[in-house]
Amino acid sequence: MALNVNEVRKDFPILQRETSDGVPLVYLDSTATAQKPLAVIEAMDSYYRRSNANIHRGVHTLAEEATAMYEQARVKIAKFINAKSAHQIIYTRNTTESINLVAYSWARANLKQGDLVILTEMEHHSNLVPWQMLQAECGIELEFIPVFEDGILDIETFQVLLERRPKLVSFTHMSNVLGTVNPAREIIRMAHEAGAITLVDGAQSVPHLKVDVQALDADFLAFSAHKMCGPTGIGALYGKTELLESMPPFLGGGDMIKEVKLRSFRANTLPHKFEAGTPAIAEAVGFGAAVDYLSSLGMDAIAAHEHEITEYALERLEEIPGVKLFGPAADKKGGVAAFTLEGVHPHDVAQILDKDGIAVRAGHHCAQPLHEKFGIPATSRASFYLYNTKKEVDMLVDGIYKVKELFG
Amino acid sequence: MDDLYREVIIEHYKNPGYRGHLDPHDIQFEDNNPLCGDHIEITLQTTEDGTVKDARFDGHGCAISQASADLLMETIIGKPIEEVKQLNKQDILDMLGIDLGPVRLKCALLSLKVLKAGVYGLGEASDSLVE
Repeated sequence: MALNVNEVRKDFPILQRETSDGVPLVYLDSTATAQKPLAVIEAMDSYYRRSNANIHRGVHTLAEEATAMYEQARVKIAKFINAKSAHQIIYTRNTTESINLVAYSWARANLKQGDLVILTEMEHHSNLVPWQMLQAECGIELEFIPVFEDGILDIETFQVLLERRPKLVSFTHMSNVLGTVNPAREIIRMAHEAGAITLVDGAQSVPHLKVDVQALDADFLAFSAHKMCGPTGIGALYGKTELLESMPPFLGGGDMIKEVKLRSFRANTLPHKFEAGTPAIAEAVGFGAAVDYLSSLGMDAIAAHEHEITEYALERLEEIPGVKLFGPAADKKGGVAAFTLEGVHPHDVAQILDKDGIAVRAGHHCAQPLHEKFGIPATSRASFYLYNTKKEVDMLVDGIYKVKELFG
Repeated sequence: MDDLYREVIIEHYKNPGYRGHLDPHDIQFEDNNPLCGDHIEITLQTTEDGTVKDARFDGHGCAISQASADLLMETIIGKPIEEVKQLNKQDILDMLGIDLGPVRLKCALLSLKVLKAGVYGLGEASDSLVE
């Protein structure tokens, strides 16, 4: 069923606000963080009003309720990405922490000097720096799948790199700058044939596309709640059970243990082994509500709506003299339009658009090496989600013409 | 149309009077704004009695960062170094004639940060120089 965007917009209280008198908000920065529907806000509000307690240890009514809500959310999240079991979902703070968990726990136990990790040139800093840190610490080697000028990964070069028998291939499913949706299934199949483990950065794909970890055969998938209409402060790491079970704990403390003595401990079972200390309980509840909300609309319907808006946006932006767009055509990308405007710095573009209530992002979007590759210090980036409209795209285009006039 | 983009800022951005690189120079320093990649280099020639004889900036970035660098060079030429050391955030805001939020303030203050690290002969430009 097609998405009724006017109805969807009513679910998001923030979209009703103005940024200044008479200037409605045009929110085109969902790639940075998505807005939250009432269902998520109310679920968290209700948790704090009615059920707040610490989880897993208490026996009183509230503790039971809080534990059930926290664990029910995990079941919903597992189902959302088609994981076999809820214990394969580890709560983290965000995608970054999920990747770091793999780098600290799996990689430090399994990689040694000279072992190869393959990344891509379009990675977010969160999938670069943890591996650079590991390289400095224990001498692993890093190689990068190149990106062509049109924003597509060079799979042939990847094939050649695989002859060096990498231990891990870690890559973004969807670029937060170019919008490119990478052929994750193919990359994973090729990596597995070469004997490598795979980590998929799903920060941008899980909110926007139907992601099925079993169909992908992904070993790890990292994603964040806040980019998929959920709260900040919580994310998830999916992992194959045998991998997660073989990994040493990440952080030590309460809840991750089965038994503690003065000089030793026994680690808890999955998923608690990786969840030390009091977690973000209300946020987990909000995460579950976000997943329910997206599921009720249908990920296929959301993806189709975004595709329509993105196609229209690329077409309209392309018409503007001086605008240069980055990334592939609409059929190979998600709802992201990164661009430069000749003679005007992206920060100035964003600042002037802001006067008309239009929120876009400017900078290198935590992908500095990618910008260097394309020879630009920064881009402006408009991104689209389930609540954006063609009218908002028109307002963006009008805004860019205003910028041109001012700097003309 | 927009206070932030007063004519003076657009004018200094588009037609800077002091963009360039002095060679020889007595003082040189450069730095980036890690948030947005803006880059500023300053070169100064000074006289024996410690006055700024000439000054230039080079680099890339938004209108705010580049215009404030140009205005800053214009301001310090002919001034004693000791006076340059006393310049602060408010001086830059007065020069630009605008108020700025915390993010854009970093753009506006980059050139002053670089300048002060240079005149103090520091190895690194820190935010505390322009507080």
